[in-house]
Amino acid sequence: MAETKKIATRESYGHALEELGAENPNIVVLDADLKESTRTSYFAKKFPERFFDCGIAEGNMMAVAAGLATCGKIPFASTFAMFASGRAYEQVRNSIGYPHLNVKIGATHAGITVGEDGASHQCLEDISLMRGIPGMVVLNPADDVEARACVRAAAAHEGPVYMRFGRYAVPVVFDEDLKFEIGKGRILRPGNDVTIVATGICVAGALDAAAALAGEGIDAEVIDICTIKPIDEDLLVASAAKTGKVVTCEEHWITGGLGSAVAEVLSEKCPTRMRRIGMKDRFGESGTAAELVAKYGLDGAGIAAVTREFVRA
Amino acid sequence: MDNLQLKKTANAVRRDIVTEVYSAKAGHPGGSLSAADLFTFLYFEEMHIDPKNPKDPDRDRFVLSKGHTCPGLYAAMAERGYFPKEELPTFRHLGARLQGHPSMQYLPGLDMSSGSLGQGISAACGMALAGKIDGKNYRVYTLLGDGELEEGEVWEAAMFAGNQHLDNLCVIVDNNNLQIDGRIDDVNSPKPIDEKFAAFKFHVIKINGHDFDEIRAAFQEAKNTKGQPTLILASTIKGKGVSYMENQAGWHGKAPNAEQYETAMQDLDRIDEELAKEA
Repeated sequence: MAETKKIATRESYGHALEELGAENPNIVVLDADLKESTRTSYFAKKFPERFFDCGIAEGNMMAVAAGLATCGKIPFASTFAMFASGRAYEQVRNSIGYPHLNVKIGATHAGITVGEDGASHQCLEDISLMRGIPGMVVLNPADDVEARACVRAAAAHEGPVYMRFGRYAVPVVFDEDLKFEIGKGRILRPGNDVTIVATGICVAGALDAAAALAGEGIDAEVIDICTIKPIDEDLLVASAAKTGKVVTCEEHWITGGLGSAVAEVLSEKCPTRMRRIGMKDRFGESGTAAELVAKYGLDGAGIAAVTREFVRA
Repeated sequence: MDNLQLKKTANAVRRDIVTEVYSAKAGHPGGSLSAADLFTFLYFEEMHIDPKNPKDPDRDRFVLSKGHTCPGLYAAMAERGYFPKEELPTFRHLGARLQGHPSMQYLPGLDMSSGSLGQGISAACGMALAGKIDGKNYRVYTLLGDGELEEGEVWEAAMFAGNQHLDNLCVIVDNNNLQIDGRIDDVNSPKPIDEKFAAFKFHVIKINGHDFDEIRAAFQEAKNTKGQPTLILASTIKGKGVSYMENQAGWHGKAPNAEQYETAMQDLDRIDEELAKEA
């Protein structure tokens, strides 16, 4: 955990595709005029005969991916999260989700850490939109290691998968030998006073927060939920039963994302007091990723502040 | 199958369509009837398919982009032997494989789920692309409505098909000139349809969609066309074959009552009688 290396998970996506392309000839990659940004350019360079730039037409790209999947291909359809989940929502729902086709959606530039581009490109609702689709697996990796593991697991999984990656370089928190399984969360730090459930870029912040709180006598358990759907109910219930207090943190609107998913589980299986950290009911804005993460309380300091107040209340 | 056989089969398909919609008390007879001759030709003459082996990787594919006219597709499939004709009256009923819009999860033999307009042509592009990647010889057919051309995704897909040189793709437009709200000319006209597809690098063939000689020749020309996809723009009559439904936008998505059902069957009986004289 002492590593300070930082890598953006879109970078991990690009490298993982490049690796998988050599292993599995059925993998094809589609992009919508963003191959340099999504890093599918790595795959495109190595496997030009299996890379298709669909141009700025995301809806068509998703349904083309669906058609490819009916013929045994494993298409990875790639664009920014805003367009993958927003612009093309209905193609994903009706042409991929409903027929449960084997399409993988690689959504990069998710969340507020898109930064300077501003709110039009800061997708804060994709988890909500995608987890509402029956049968859709939703993955939101925390770092480079987990992101590459996600891509590999997605390729091996039969059925639609939405993967969420970021533009912003985030600390590498996992060791290379990480065991990854769709549907399994993991305890990164055991604790007894409060559970901090984090996903994506907030995992590193949650670990920072737990370290700071430990110095104040608050023993926080930190859980990484990479698979938001299907969520690891057993792990969440066990931890909530132990600590009695749960904080969720995510780079997403607080409606419909991780916080909602955790609340859905706990309210039925282990009613627990909660705090949800995420973007409140407002759009983002331009700024550097680091400035925005700090302003909206998604970093270690922000997570620690909410958790401290909650534990002491 | 000769033209007379095709006409007889198409009339059986029309009977099935009316029966399905009548049994369901809902559905879309107008655009199913306008495309009945096209469905018949595709399933009985054009496509290399085997109802006993619906997952053959080398089969031709069909995507009903105008998914609401699945009564016509189901009828052609049943007549061709994909499932028993007795199942047709279950259309739109709870537990039926014949869902209100085509669902490949329910009915084997469907190459794609469809119904949300504009998406089927994109999926067909994906199938054609897969054929190109694998060097396979199968062809992909997709049927669109003319009102459907108002969906922007159709033109995204057309641009893609043209640029990818998908000559194994044949797009058919059922040009019956009517949509739910009225004449396509009055709602939001997509015309000129032929020039638009030509601009997107399609080879364009215009035919009478009820004339089997023209239909046959068009599909042959499409097969002979290399380096670009083909559009078959089929001029048709909405509600074709049922006297009171012909050219009536009101029969886009409405089921006949018992009396209207009898009238429709009498109309189709008369067509059969005329065809018997041709023999």
